Amino acid sequence: MIAAKIVVHALALTPAAILAWQIREEFLTGSGGLGADPIAAIEHRLGLWALRLLMIALAVTPLRQLTGQAALLRFRRLLGLYAFFYASLHLAAYLILDLKGYWTQIFEEIAKRPYITVGFLAWLLLIPLALTSTQGMMRRLGRLWGRLHQLVYVIAVLAVLHFWWLVKSDIREPALYAAILAVLLGWRVWRRFAEARARARQTAAR
Amino acid sequence: MSLREALNIPSSQITDEAVYRDRRRLLAAFALSPALGLSGCAEAEAPPPPKAAPPSPEQIKAGFRTDEVQTSYADVTSYNNFYEFGTNKGDPSAADKTLRTSPWTVAVGGACAKPGKLSLEDLIKGLAPQERVYRLRCVEGWSMVIPWLGVPLADVLKRFEPTSKAKYVAFTTLADRKQMPGIAYPSINWPYREGLRIDEAMHPLTLLATGLYGKPLPQQNGAPLRLVVPWKYGFKSIKSIIAISFVEHRPLTSWNDLQSNEYGFFSNVNPAVDHPRWSQKTERRIAGTGSKLFADRIPTRLFNGYGEQVSSLYAGMNLRTWF
Repeated sequence: MIAAKIVVHALALTPAAILAWQIREEFLTGSGGLGADPIAAIEHRLGLWALRLLMIALAVTPLRQLTGQAALLRFRRLLGLYAFFYASLHLAAYLILDLKGYWTQIFEEIAKRPYITVGFLAWLLLIPLALTSTQGMMRRLGRLWGRLHQLVYVIAVLAVLHFWWLVKSDIREPALYAAILAVLLGWRVWRRFAEARARARQTAAR
Repeated sequence: MSLREALNIPSSQITDEAVYRDRRRLLAAFALSPALGLSGCAEAEAPPPPKAAPPSPEQIKAGFRTDEVQTSYADVTSYNNFYEFGTNKGDPSAADKTLRTSPWTVAVGGACAKPGKLSLEDLIKGLAPQERVYRLRCVEGWSMVIPWLGVPLADVLKRFEPTSKAKYVAFTTLADRKQMPGIAYPSINWPYREGLRIDEAMHPLTLLATGLYGKPLPQQNGAPLRLVVPWKYGFKSIKSIIAISFVEHRPLTSWNDLQSNEYGFFSNVNPAVDHPRWSQKTERRIAGTGSKLFADRIPTRLFNGYGEQVSSLYAGMNLRTWF
């Protein structure tokens, strides 16, 4: 189990490590493979990995149900926290590298631009989930914890919307994530219906 | 310097494009000088080459040149919006060089006395190419400073003797599935179209560019012929032009056609009129050779700083309505 966790940590940190290396090269030599606009590239890459990790975290439950491997559940918190980690870096890159001295522009951007509004909202909603991700909080919150963490579905929808609204006319990439999310959420809805039906059948049989 | 370090030197740091071009001029001068020409190692011994001649005050005043730090050749040619070759910025430069730029013909027609289908050579025959160093502001909030090579569009248009009915000029980009891989995806209603009011088209700043950094335009920058309208957002500067038409009514323009609430016909750079997704108040300047990790964000100027030259074109117009 510990070995598996180390592997997951390593995999989740790999994109950050690669990016950190490229930023170092960019800083030292002016060409880190990040292109003519490295700031935009950094932002985009961090955002993309936040979204990917969120999708992977959301895939844990369906995968467990399909494979019957209960152990999979132990990676869910880790993956969710990494999604928060990348989302926070994404926001930090936007504030520190992109807006820089104009960081107060953020308030206007949040208010005026729907894609930034939903992106920021998604990040805000991640905070309570990250804060309540400990065993202690889980115990303390009891049933409420599960309710609270259903917020992740809203967050995932906002994150995809954030991506969708920022592209100009080529929606293929955000559409791919929307499709993945639709499958992940669709599976849950379908399961719920199936379970309800099964329960109804059981009651009727009794 | 170790071998590894030597191999890691980015092309952008080796020699600035402008310095390189001056160096050739310097070498040509040396070749004419018998003493140095015979010395054999003149190149190695040569003093550092002088910087390219700074623009004259007249050129700056006319808006023809700026002394702002230029964007490197590598950046100008690797960061492009040219959806005919893909929608990612790196796609156009990464695409196979499938565009056949020679022979190239341009059809000029509509409200003019002398319409015709001309080869590119005939289109600009007898017009001396001029170097113009313009700022380019993309609607996405980034900007560059690019040394273009081209001829004033007015000089070309006048040859076709537009009639009084010519109120606008419409441009069309090549849309050939075989030469342009991006055409397979309908990101834009192909072909790409753009247009200017006739007075905008005739303005001395409006350039029909055939090159940049003293070289022919690369495929990704709109080879072999593109428009450059420095006071408007970059997408107005249509690439790889195959047709020019004088028309009486405002022509259809691609981005306006796609999202008319986001992209107006005029699309003058204007910090006061926001795009729904990108603030136009500031821009990130992509220029220079060093690390761009801390590229400056600078305030965007009305008409991209060319107000002195072009604001009279829009006198009396509400720039919020006519954005």
